[in-house]
Amino acid sequence: MGAFSFLLNSTIGKKVIMGVTGICLVGFLAVHCFVNSLIFVNDGGELFNTAAEFMAHNVLIRTMEIFLFLGLILHALQGINLVFKNMSARKVKYYKQDGAANSKWYSRSMGLLGTLLLLFLILHLKHFWYVSRLTEEISSGDDTLFGEMKEVFANPIVVAIYIIGVISLAYHLLHGFQSAFQSLGFNHKKYTPFIKSFGFWYSIIISILFAVMPLALHLGWVK
Amino acid sequence: MSENMNLTLKVWRQRNNKDKGKFEDFKVNDISPDMSFLEMFDVLNEQLISQGSDPIAFDHDCREGICGMCSMYINGRPHGPKEGITTCQLHMRSFKDGDTIVVEPWRANAFPVIKDLVVDRTAFDRIIAAGGFISVNTGNAQDGNSIPISKIDADIAFAAAACIGCGACVAACKNASAMLFVSAKINQLSHLPQGQPERMQRVRAMVHQMDKEGFGACTNTGACSAECPKEISLVNIASMNCDYIKANVIDSNG
Ligand code: HEM
Ligand code: SF4
Ligand code: FES
Repeated sequence: MGAFSFLLNSTIGKKVIMGVTGICLVGFLAVHCFVNSLIFVNDGGELFNTAAEFMAHNVLIRTMEIFLFLGLILHALQGINLVFKNMSARKVKYYKQDGAANSKWYSRSMGLLGTLLLLFLILHLKHFWYVSRLTEEISSGDDTLFGEMKEVFANPIVVAIYIIGVISLAYHLLHGFQSAFQSLGFNHKKYTPFIKSFGFWYSIIISILFAVMPLALHLGWVK
Repeated sequence: MSENMNLTLKVWRQRNNKDKGKFEDFKVNDISPDMSFLEMFDVLNEQLISQGSDPIAFDHDCREGICGMCSMYINGRPHGPKEGITTCQLHMRSFKDGDTIVVEPWRANAFPVIKDLVVDRTAFDRIIAAGGFISVNTGNAQDGNSIPISKIDADIAFAAAACIGCGACVAACKNASAMLFVSAKINQLSHLPQGQPERMQRVRAMVHQMDKEGFGACTNTGACSAECPKEISLVNIASMNCDYIKANVIDSNG
Protein backbone atom coordinates (compact mmCIF):
# COMPACT_ATOMS: atom_id res chain seq x y z
CA MET A 1 0.00 0.00 0.00
CA GLY A 2 2.96 2.30 0.68
CA ALA A 3 3.34 3.45 -2.90
CA PHE A 4 -0.34 4.22 -3.18
CA SER A 5 -0.95 5.97 0.13
CA PHE A 6 -0.55 9.27 -1.75
CA LEU A 7 -3.96 8.62 -3.28
CA LEU A 8 -5.56 9.19 0.09
CA ASN A 9 -3.08 11.51 1.76
CA SER A 10 -2.42 14.22 -0.80
CA THR A 11 -4.66 16.66 -2.63
CA ILE A 12 -3.27 15.52 -5.98
CA GLY A 13 -3.80 11.86 -5.07
CA LYS A 14 -7.41 12.55 -4.16
CA LYS A 15 -7.90 14.14 -7.53
CA VAL A 16 -6.38 11.06 -9.18
CA ILE A 17 -9.13 9.02 -7.53
CA MET A 18 -11.77 11.48 -8.78
CA GLY A 19 -10.36 11.36 -12.29
CA VAL A 20 -10.02 7.57 -12.53
CA THR A 21 -13.46 6.84 -11.05
CA GLY A 22 -14.96 9.65 -13.13
CA ILE A 23 -13.59 8.17 -16.37
CA CYS A 24 -14.87 4.72 -15.40
CA LEU A 25 -18.32 6.22 -14.88
CA VAL A 26 -18.07 7.94 -18.24
CA GLY A 27 -17.26 4.58 -19.86
CA PHE A 28 -20.19 2.95 -18.14
CA LEU A 29 -22.53 5.72 -19.28
CA ALA A 30 -21.59 5.13 -22.91
CA VAL A 31 -22.62 1.46 -22.64
CA HIS A 32 -25.71 2.30 -20.63
CA CYS A 33 -26.78 4.91 -23.17
CA PHE A 34 -26.18 2.54 -26.08
CA VAL A 35 -28.24 -0.27 -24.60
CA ASN A 36 -31.09 2.02 -23.61
CA SER A 37 -31.13 3.65 -27.02
CA LEU A 38 -32.31 0.30 -28.37
CA ILE A 39 -35.80 1.39 -27.34
CA PHE A 40 -35.71 3.82 -30.26
CA VAL A 41 -35.82 0.84 -32.63
CA ASN A 42 -39.51 1.03 -31.73
CA ASP A 43 -40.16 -2.68 -31.70
CA GLY A 44 -42.16 -2.69 -28.50
CA GLY A 45 -38.94 -2.92 -26.51
CA GLU A 46 -38.11 -6.39 -27.76
CA LEU A 47 -34.48 -5.76 -28.70
CA PHE A 48 -33.99 -3.67 -25.59
CA ASN A 49 -35.42 -6.39 -23.36
CA THR A 50 -33.11 -8.96 -24.91
CA ALA A 51 -30.09 -6.74 -24.28
CA ALA A 52 -31.23 -5.99 -20.72
CA GLU A 53 -31.73 -9.71 -20.15
CA PHE A 54 -28.19 -10.36 -21.35
CA MET A 55 -26.76 -7.63 -19.10
CA ALA A 56 -28.65 -9.02 -16.12
CA HIS A 57 -27.26 -12.53 -16.47
CA ASN A 58 -23.76 -12.12 -17.87
CA VAL A 59 -21.17 -12.91 -15.19
CA LEU A 60 -18.66 -10.42 -16.54
CA ILE A 61 -21.22 -7.62 -16.58
CA ARG A 62 -22.41 -8.48 -13.09
CA THR A 63 -18.83 -8.45 -11.79
CA MET A 64 -18.19 -5.10 -13.44
CA GLU A 65 -21.38 -3.84 -11.86
CA ILE A 66 -19.88 -4.42 -8.42
CA PHE A 67 -16.78 -2.41 -9.31
CA LEU A 68 -18.96 0.25 -10.84
CA PHE A 69 -20.88 0.63 -7.59
CA LEU A 70 -17.66 0.77 -5.59
CA GLY A 71 -16.31 3.36 -8.02
CA LEU A 72 -19.44 5.48 -7.79
CA ILE A 73 -19.40 5.37 -3.99
CA LEU A 74 -15.71 6.27 -3.91
CA HIS A 75 -16.28 9.08 -6.43
CA ALA A 76 -19.19 10.52 -4.47
CA LEU A 77 -17.50 10.22 -1.05
CA GLN A 78 -14.20 11.64 -2.23
CA GLY A 79 -16.04 14.37 -4.16
CA ILE A 80 -17.99 15.44 -1.09
CA ASN A 81 -14.85 15.24 1.03
CA LEU A 82 -13.00 17.52 -1.41
CA VAL A 83 -15.87 19.99 -1.57
CA PHE A 84 -15.79 20.44 2.21
CA LYS A 85 -12.01 20.55 2.34
CA ASN A 86 -11.95 23.18 -0.39
CA MET A 87 -14.69 25.27 1.17
CA SER A 88 -12.79 25.37 4.45
CA ALA A 89 -9.54 26.48 2.79
CA ARG A 90 -10.99 30.01 2.78
CA LYS A 91 -12.67 30.59 6.14
CA VAL A 92 -13.12 34.33 5.66
CA LYS A 93 -15.06 34.78 2.41
CA TYR A 94 -14.81 37.65 -0.04
CA TYR A 95 -17.38 40.42 0.14
CA LYS A 96 -17.42 40.62 -3.64
CA GLN A 97 -16.20 37.78 -5.86
CA ASP A 98 -16.55 37.87 -9.63
CA GLY A 99 -16.22 34.19 -10.51
CA ALA A 100 -17.83 34.62 -13.90
CA ALA A 101 -14.88 36.77 -14.97
CA ASN A 102 -12.45 33.89 -14.83
CA SER A 103 -14.26 30.53 -14.96
CA LYS A 104 -17.41 28.71 -16.04
CA TRP A 105 -20.19 28.44 -13.45
CA TYR A 106 -20.45 24.68 -13.85
CA SER A 107 -16.74 24.18 -13.25
CA ARG A 108 -17.30 25.94 -9.92
CA SER A 109 -20.42 23.88 -9.13
CA MET A 110 -19.20 20.28 -9.44
CA GLY A 111 -20.20 19.54 -5.85
CA LEU A 112 -23.73 20.83 -6.35
CA LEU A 113 -24.12 19.10 -9.72
CA GLY A 114 -22.71 15.90 -8.25
CA THR A 115 -25.11 16.04 -5.31
CA LEU A 116 -28.07 16.52 -7.66
CA LEU A 117 -26.77 13.55 -9.63
CA LEU A 118 -26.49 11.46 -6.49
CA LEU A 119 -30.08 12.24 -5.46
CA PHE A 120 -31.24 11.45 -8.97
CA LEU A 121 -29.26 8.21 -9.00
CA ILE A 122 -30.86 7.00 -5.77
CA LEU A 123 -34.30 7.46 -7.31
CA HIS A 124 -33.16 5.99 -10.62
CA LEU A 125 -31.66 2.89 -9.00
CA LYS A 126 -34.84 2.39 -7.03
CA HIS A 127 -36.91 2.64 -10.23
CA PHE A 128 -34.95 0.17 -12.31
CA TRP A 129 -31.97 -1.51 -10.71
CA TYR A 130 -33.87 -2.48 -7.57
CA VAL A 131 -36.84 -3.75 -9.51
CA SER A 132 -34.85 -5.69 -12.09
CA ARG A 133 -32.16 -7.13 -9.84
CA LEU A 134 -33.63 -7.48 -6.39
CA THR A 135 -37.26 -8.32 -6.97
CA GLU A 136 -38.85 -11.24 -8.78
CA GLU A 137 -41.03 -9.00 -10.91
CA ILE A 138 -38.95 -9.18 -14.06
CA SER A 139 -37.14 -12.50 -13.69
CA SER A 140 -40.47 -14.23 -13.11
CA GLY A 141 -41.66 -12.91 -16.46
CA ASP A 142 -44.57 -10.93 -15.02
CA ASP A 143 -43.14 -7.78 -16.47
CA THR A 144 -40.29 -6.66 -18.71
CA LEU A 145 -37.81 -3.86 -18.08
CA PHE A 146 -39.37 -2.02 -21.01
CA GLY A 147 -42.78 -2.41 -19.44
CA GLU A 148 -41.38 -1.11 -16.19
CA MET A 149 -39.98 1.92 -18.03
CA LYS A 150 -43.35 2.74 -19.56
CA GLU A 151 -44.97 2.49 -16.16
CA VAL A 152 -42.41 4.72 -14.43
CA PHE A 153 -42.45 7.38 -17.13
CA ALA A 154 -46.22 7.59 -17.25
CA ASN A 155 -45.81 10.05 -14.39
CA PRO A 156 -44.90 13.52 -15.72
CA ILE A 157 -43.24 14.51 -12.43
CA VAL A 158 -40.85 11.58 -12.76
CA VAL A 159 -40.09 12.64 -16.34
CA ALA A 160 -39.32 16.16 -15.12
CA ILE A 161 -37.02 14.84 -12.38
CA TYR A 162 -35.19 12.69 -14.91
CA ILE A 163 -34.66 15.65 -17.18
CA ILE A 164 -33.27 17.74 -14.32
CA GLY A 165 -30.99 14.80 -13.46
CA VAL A 166 -29.78 14.62 -17.04
CA ILE A 167 -29.12 18.38 -17.19
CA SER A 168 -26.99 18.04 -14.05
CA LEU A 169 -25.16 15.20 -15.75
CA ALA A 170 -24.58 17.29 -18.87
CA TYR A 171 -22.95 20.13 -16.96
CA HIS A 172 -21.07 17.75 -14.63
CA LEU A 173 -19.53 16.12 -17.68
CA LEU A 174 -18.94 19.31 -19.65
CA HIS A 175 -16.41 20.21 -17.00
CA GLY A 176 -15.61 16.75 -15.66
CA PHE A 177 -14.61 14.95 -18.84
CA GLN A 178 -11.68 17.19 -19.74
CA SER A 179 -10.92 17.92 -16.09
CA ALA A 180 -10.26 14.25 -15.40
CA PHE A 181 -7.43 14.20 -17.95
CA GLN A 182 -5.89 17.32 -16.47
CA SER A 183 -6.07 15.76 -12.98
CA LEU A 184 -4.32 12.65 -14.24
CA GLY A 185 -1.54 14.73 -15.76
CA PHE A 186 -2.51 14.64 -19.42
CA ASN A 187 -2.39 18.03 -21.08
CA HIS A 188 -0.55 18.49 -24.32
CA LYS A 189 -1.26 20.58 -27.37
CA LYS A 190 -1.10 17.39 -29.47
CA TYR A 191 -4.20 15.80 -27.95
CA THR A 192 -5.87 18.14 -25.44
CA PRO A 193 -7.92 19.98 -28.09
CA PHE A 194 -9.24 16.57 -29.16
CA ILE A 195 -10.07 15.56 -25.57
CA LYS A 196 -11.90 18.85 -25.08
CA SER A 197 -14.03 18.60 -28.19
CA PHE A 198 -14.66 14.89 -27.71
CA GLY A 199 -15.74 15.55 -24.12
CA PHE A 200 -18.01 18.36 -25.24
CA TRP A 201 -19.81 16.28 -27.85
CA TYR A 202 -19.89 13.19 -25.62
CA SER A 203 -21.60 15.21 -22.87
CA ILE A 204 -24.10 16.82 -25.23
CA ILE A 205 -25.03 13.72 -27.22
CA ILE A 206 -25.31 11.37 -24.27
CA SER A 207 -27.42 13.88 -22.35
CA ILE A 208 -29.80 14.49 -25.23
CA LEU A 209 -30.28 10.75 -25.73
CA PHE A 210 -30.89 10.19 -22.02
CA ALA A 211 -33.32 13.11 -21.85
CA VAL A 212 -35.31 11.97 -24.87
CA MET A 213 -35.86 8.43 -23.46
CA PRO A 214 -38.31 9.32 -20.66
CA LEU A 215 -39.95 11.94 -22.87
CA ALA A 216 -40.40 9.48 -25.74
CA LEU A 217 -41.97 6.90 -23.46
CA HIS A 218 -44.18 9.44 -21.75
CA LEU A 219 -45.45 10.95 -24.99
CA GLY A 220 -45.76 7.58 -26.68
CA TRP A 221 -43.19 8.27 -29.40
CA VAL A 222 -41.95 4.75 -28.78
CA LYS A 223 -44.47 2.13 -27.84
CA MET B 1 -7.36 63.39 -22.24
CA SER B 2 -10.38 62.18 -20.37
CA GLU B 3 -11.65 63.98 -17.30
CA ASN B 4 -10.44 63.45 -13.77
CA MET B 5 -12.83 61.44 -11.62
CA ASN B 6 -14.35 61.21 -8.18
CA LEU B 7 -14.59 57.76 -6.66
CA THR B 8 -15.85 55.94 -3.60
CA LEU B 9 -13.59 53.25 -2.18
CA LYS B 10 -14.84 50.47 0.06
CA VAL B 11 -11.67 49.17 1.68
CA TRP B 12 -11.08 46.35 4.15
CA ARG B 13 -9.57 47.67 7.40
CA GLN B 14 -8.12 45.30 9.99
CA ARG B 15 -5.75 46.48 12.70
CA ASN B 16 -3.90 43.18 13.06
CA ASN B 17 -4.26 39.44 12.72
CA LYS B 18 -6.46 39.18 15.82
CA ASP B 19 -8.79 42.04 14.88
CA LYS B 20 -12.09 41.09 13.27
CA GLY B 21 -11.84 43.81 10.64
CA LYS B 22 -14.51 45.68 8.67
CA PHE B 23 -15.07 47.71 5.52
CA GLU B 24 -14.62 51.47 5.55
CA ASP B 25 -15.78 53.87 2.86
CA PHE B 26 -13.55 56.63 1.55
CA LYS B 27 -14.02 59.37 -1.03
CA VAL B 28 -11.20 60.33 -3.37
CA ASN B 29 -11.62 63.29 -5.70
CA ASP B 30 -9.94 64.58 -8.80
CA ILE B 31 -8.21 61.31 -9.67
CA SER B 32 -6.36 61.38 -12.99
CA PRO B 33 -7.17 58.49 -15.35
CA ASP B 34 -3.44 58.17 -15.96
CA MET B 35 -2.65 57.32 -12.35
CA SER B 36 -1.98 53.74 -11.40
CA PHE B 37 -4.26 52.11 -8.85
CA LEU B 38 -1.49 52.30 -6.26
CA GLU B 39 -0.91 55.98 -6.95
CA MET B 40 -4.60 56.52 -6.30
CA PHE B 41 -4.06 54.75 -2.96
CA ASP B 42 -1.10 57.06 -2.28
CA VAL B 43 -3.42 60.04 -2.77
CA LEU B 44 -5.93 58.48 -0.39
CA ASN B 45 -3.24 57.76 2.20
CA GLU B 46 -1.87 61.34 2.00
CA GLN B 47 -5.43 62.45 2.64
CA LEU B 48 -5.74 60.13 5.65
CA ILE B 49 -2.37 61.20 7.07
CA SER B 50 -3.25 64.87 6.76
CA GLN B 51 -6.50 64.16 8.61
CA GLY B 52 -4.46 62.47 11.33
CA SER B 53 -5.92 59.00 10.72
CA ASP B 54 -4.14 55.73 10.10
CA PRO B 55 -3.16 55.24 6.42
CA ILE B 56 -4.24 52.01 4.73
CA ALA B 57 -1.53 49.37 4.80
CA PHE B 58 -0.93 47.70 1.43
CA ASP B 59 1.98 45.76 -0.04
CA HIS B 60 3.97 47.15 -2.97
CA ASP B 61 7.57 47.34 -4.04
CA CYS B 62 8.63 47.51 -7.68
CA ARG B 63 5.48 49.18 -9.06
CA GLU B 64 6.34 47.79 -12.49
CA GLY B 65 4.76 44.35 -12.43
CA ILE B 66 7.76 42.24 -11.51
CA CYS B 67 7.91 41.81 -7.73
CA GLY B 68 4.43 40.41 -7.11
CA MET B 69 3.81 42.32 -3.88
CA CYS B 70 0.78 44.46 -4.80
CA SER B 71 -1.93 42.06 -3.66
CA MET B 72 -5.32 43.75 -3.94
CA TYR B 73 -8.61 42.04 -4.63
CA ILE B 74 -10.46 44.72 -6.59
CA ASN B 75 -14.17 44.49 -7.40
CA GLY B 76 -14.14 40.73 -6.96
CA ARG B 77 -10.96 40.01 -8.93
CA PRO B 78 -7.29 39.78 -7.98
CA HIS B 79 -5.40 42.77 -9.45
CA GLY B 80 -8.67 44.21 -10.71
CA PRO B 81 -10.55 44.07 -13.98
CA LYS B 82 -7.73 43.72 -16.53
CA GLU B 83 -6.00 40.55 -17.67
CA GLY B 84 -2.29 39.85 -17.50
CA ILE B 85 -1.33 42.71 -15.18
CA THR B 86 -0.66 43.39 -11.52
CA THR B 87 -2.38 46.06 -9.40
CA CYS B 88 0.51 48.46 -9.88
CA GLN B 89 0.03 48.19 -13.66
CA LEU B 90 -3.70 48.88 -13.44
CA HIS B 91 -4.61 52.40 -14.50
CA MET B 92 -7.50 54.46 -13.23
CA ARG B 93 -8.78 54.78 -16.79
CA SER B 94 -10.21 51.29 -16.23
CA PHE B 95 -12.79 52.93 -13.94
CA LYS B 96 -15.49 55.55 -14.43
CA ASP B 97 -16.30 58.75 -12.58
CA GLY B 98 -18.65 57.99 -9.69
CA ASP B 99 -17.68 54.29 -9.40
CA THR B 100 -17.59 52.51 -6.07
CA ILE B 101 -14.59 50.21 -5.92
CA VAL B 102 -14.38 47.36 -3.40
CA VAL B 103 -10.84 46.52 -2.27
CA GLU B 104 -10.16 43.42 -0.17
CA PRO B 105 -7.05 41.50 0.84
CA TRP B 106 -6.26 38.05 -0.66
CA ARG B 107 -8.50 35.62 1.21
CA ALA B 108 -7.11 32.17 2.10
CA ASN B 109 -6.43 30.45 5.40
CA ALA B 110 -2.86 30.00 4.21
CA PHE B 111 -2.54 33.79 3.68
CA PRO B 112 -3.52 35.34 7.04
CA VAL B 113 -4.12 39.10 7.07
CA ILE B 114 -1.32 41.05 8.77
CA LYS B 115 -2.91 44.47 8.49
CA ASP B 116 -5.59 45.98 6.22
CA LEU B 117 -4.71 44.73 2.72
CA VAL B 118 -1.38 43.14 3.66
CA VAL B 119 -1.35 39.36 3.88
CA ASP B 120 1.33 36.94 5.00
CA ARG B 121 2.51 34.96 1.97
CA THR B 122 5.42 33.17 3.66
CA ALA B 123 3.59 29.90 2.99
CA PHE B 124 4.96 30.29 -0.56
CA ASP B 125 8.48 30.72 0.80
CA ARG B 126 8.17 27.54 2.83
CA ILE B 127 7.03 25.65 -0.27
CA ILE B 128 10.09 26.89 -2.16
CA ALA B 129 12.33 26.02 0.78
CA ALA B 130 10.93 22.49 0.74
CA GLY B 131 12.35 21.77 -2.71
CA GLY B 132 12.11 24.61 -5.19
CA PHE B 133 15.84 24.78 -5.79
CA ILE B 134 18.73 22.78 -7.22
CA SER B 135 21.66 21.67 -5.10
CA VAL B 136 25.04 22.65 -6.52
CA ASN B 137 28.46 22.78 -5.00
CA THR B 138 29.77 26.30 -4.63
CA GLY B 139 32.61 27.49 -6.79
CA ASN B 140 32.78 29.09 -10.18
CA ALA B 141 29.66 28.90 -12.25
CA GLN B 142 29.97 26.54 -15.17
CA ASP B 143 30.06 28.07 -18.65
CA GLY B 144 26.43 28.47 -19.67
CA ASN B 145 26.94 26.94 -23.12
CA SER B 146 28.42 23.74 -21.75
CA ILE B 147 24.93 22.42 -20.95
CA PRO B 148 22.90 22.14 -24.15
CA ILE B 149 19.19 22.79 -23.68
CA SER B 150 16.61 22.46 -26.42
CA LYS B 151 14.83 25.64 -27.39
CA ILE B 152 11.46 24.03 -26.61
CA ASP B 153 12.48 23.10 -23.07
CA ALA B 154 14.14 26.45 -22.52
CA ASP B 155 10.94 28.20 -23.56
CA ILE B 156 8.73 26.08 -21.29
CA ALA B 157 11.06 26.60 -18.34
CA PHE B 158 11.27 30.31 -19.05
CA ALA B 159 7.51 30.71 -19.30
CA ALA B 160 7.10 28.94 -15.94
CA ALA B 161 9.87 31.04 -14.42
CA ALA B 162 7.85 34.18 -15.20
CA CYS B 163 5.78 33.47 -12.06
CA ILE B 164 6.33 36.33 -9.61
CA GLY B 165 4.83 34.55 -6.60
CA CYS B 166 2.08 37.13 -6.20
CA GLY B 167 -0.57 34.67 -5.02
CA ALA B 168 -3.32 35.92 -7.34
CA CYS B 169 -3.87 32.29 -8.36
CA VAL B 170 -4.71 31.38 -4.76
CA ALA B 171 -6.80 34.52 -4.35
CA ALA B 172 -8.84 33.82 -7.49
CA CYS B 173 -9.36 30.10 -6.92
CA LYS B 174 -12.62 29.14 -5.26
CA ASN B 175 -10.66 26.47 -3.39
CA ALA B 176 -7.75 28.75 -2.45
CA SER B 177 -5.52 26.24 -4.23
CA ALA B 178 -1.86 27.02 -4.83
CA MET B 179 -1.41 24.52 -7.64
CA LEU B 180 -0.57 27.07 -10.35
CA PHE B 181 2.18 28.69 -8.30
CA VAL B 182 3.65 25.39 -7.13
CA SER B 183 3.52 23.87 -10.59
CA ALA B 184 5.25 26.90 -12.11
CA LYS B 185 8.02 26.68 -9.53
CA ILE B 186 8.41 22.96 -10.24
CA ASN B 187 8.35 23.27 -14.01
CA GLN B 188 10.91 26.06 -14.22
CA LEU B 189 13.36 23.41 -12.99
CA SER B 190 11.98 20.12 -14.25
CA HIS B 191 12.48 21.07 -17.92
CA LEU B 192 16.15 21.88 -17.44
CA PRO B 193 19.03 19.41 -17.14
CA GLN B 194 20.05 20.99 -13.82
CA GLY B 195 16.65 20.17 -12.39
CA GLN B 196 16.75 16.45 -13.17
CA PRO B 197 18.68 14.91 -10.24
CA GLU B 198 16.18 16.13 -7.64
CA ARG B 199 13.11 16.16 -9.88
CA MET B 200 11.14 13.42 -8.12
CA GLN B 201 12.00 14.34 -4.56
CA ARG B 202 11.30 17.99 -5.37
CA VAL B 203 7.74 17.40 -6.54
CA ARG B 204 7.01 15.19 -3.53
CA ALA B 205 8.43 17.66 -1.04
CA MET B 206 6.80 20.75 -2.52
CA VAL B 207 3.37 19.17 -2.87
CA HIS B 208 3.65 17.85 0.68
CA GLN B 209 4.44 21.35 1.97
CA MET B 210 1.65 22.85 -0.15
CA ASP B 211 -0.86 20.49 1.47
CA LYS B 212 0.55 21.20 4.93
CA GLU B 213 0.03 24.94 4.48
CA GLY B 214 -3.71 24.37 4.07
CA PHE B 215 -4.26 25.36 0.45
CA GLY B 216 -7.27 23.69 -1.19
CA ALA B 217 -7.28 21.04 -3.91
CA CYS B 218 -7.43 21.96 -7.59
CA THR B 219 -10.75 21.47 -9.41
CA ASN B 220 -9.43 22.70 -12.75
CA THR B 221 -11.74 25.70 -12.99
CA GLY B 222 -8.90 27.62 -14.64
CA ALA B 223 -9.56 30.79 -12.62
CA CYS B 224 -5.90 30.89 -11.54
CA SER B 225 -4.48 31.03 -15.02
CA ALA B 226 -7.14 33.48 -16.19
CA GLU B 227 -6.20 35.87 -13.37
CA CYS B 228 -2.44 35.28 -13.32
CA PRO B 229 -0.58 38.50 -14.22
CA LYS B 230 2.07 36.38 -15.95
CA GLU B 231 -0.49 34.14 -17.67
CA ILE B 232 1.10 30.95 -16.36
CA SER B 233 -0.42 28.01 -18.27
CA LEU B 234 -2.57 25.25 -16.80
CA VAL B 235 -0.30 22.78 -18.61
CA ASN B 236 2.09 23.31 -15.70
CA ILE B 237 -0.47 21.82 -13.31
CA ALA B 238 -0.91 18.73 -15.48
CA SER B 239 2.88 18.28 -15.71
CA MET B 240 3.16 18.54 -11.96
CA ASN B 241 0.36 15.98 -11.48
CA CYS B 242 2.10 13.68 -13.92
CA ASP B 243 5.45 14.02 -12.12
CA TYR B 244 3.79 13.62 -8.75
CA ILE B 245 2.12 10.36 -9.78
CA LYS B 246 5.41 9.08 -11.23
CA ALA B 247 7.31 10.15 -8.12
CA ASN B 248 4.96 8.10 -5.95
CA VAL B 249 4.40 5.09 -8.16
CA ILE B 250 7.54 4.39 -10.17
CA ASP B 251 10.37 6.45 -8.72
CA SER B 252 13.00 4.11 -7.29
CA ASN B 253 13.95 6.57 -4.54
CA GLY B 254 10.34 6.74 -3.35
C1 HEM C 1 -22.78 9.02 -13.55
C2 HEM C 1 -22.29 9.71 -12.66
C3 HEM C 1 -21.02 10.53 -12.67
C4 HEM C 1 -20.06 10.71 -13.63
C5 HEM C 1 -20.02 10.13 -15.02
C6 HEM C 1 -19.07 11.60 -13.07
C7 HEM C 1 -17.93 12.03 -13.72
C8 HEM C 1 -17.01 12.90 -13.21
C9 HEM C 1 -15.78 13.28 -13.82
C10 HEM C 1 -15.25 12.76 -15.15
C11 HEM C 1 -15.16 14.17 -13.00
C12 HEM C 1 -13.84 14.87 -13.23
C13 HEM C 1 -12.77 14.32 -12.33
C14 HEM C 1 -11.59 15.23 -12.21
O1 HEM C 1 -11.72 16.45 -12.33
O2 HEM C 1 -10.50 14.72 -11.98
C15 HEM C 1 -16.00 14.36 -11.86
C16 HEM C 1 -15.73 15.22 -10.81
C17 HEM C 1 -16.53 15.36 -9.71
N1 HEM C 1 -17.62 14.59 -9.37
FE1 HEM C 1 -18.53 13.29 -10.59
N2 HEM C 1 -19.43 11.94 -11.80
C18 HEM C 1 -20.61 11.29 -11.52
C19 HEM C 1 -21.31 11.32 -10.35
C20 HEM C 1 -21.00 12.07 -9.26
C21 HEM C 1 -21.72 12.02 -8.02
C22 HEM C 1 -22.91 11.12 -7.70
C23 HEM C 1 -21.12 12.91 -7.20
C24 HEM C 1 -21.60 13.10 -5.80
C25 HEM C 1 -21.45 13.96 -4.98
C26 HEM C 1 -20.01 13.54 -7.93
C27 HEM C 1 -19.18 14.53 -7.46
C28 HEM C 1 -18.11 15.04 -8.16
C29 HEM C 1 -17.30 16.15 -7.71
C30 HEM C 1 -17.48 16.94 -6.42
C31 HEM C 1 -16.31 16.34 -8.69
C32 HEM C 1 -15.25 17.41 -8.68
C33 HEM C 1 -14.05 16.88 -8.00
C34 HEM C 1 -12.91 17.79 -8.12
O3 HEM C 1 -12.68 18.37 -9.18
O4 HEM C 1 -12.19 17.91 -7.12
N3 HEM C 1 -19.96 12.99 -9.18
N4 HEM C 1 -17.13 13.57 -12.00
S1 SF4 D 1 1.25 31.51 -10.92
FE1 SF4 D 1 0.69 33.61 -11.58
S2 SF4 D 1 -0.86 34.23 -10.10
FE2 SF4 D 1 0.19 32.49 -9.18
S3 SF4 D 1 1.83 33.34 -7.95
FE3 SF4 D 1 2.72 32.94 -9.97
S4 SF4 D 1 2.48 34.87 -11.09
FE4 SF4 D 1 1.11 35.00 -9.32
S1 FES E 1 4.38 46.38 -6.89
FE1 FES E 1 5.73 44.92 -7.81
S2 FES E 1 4.37 43.81 -9.07
FE2 FES E 1 3.10 45.41 -8.34
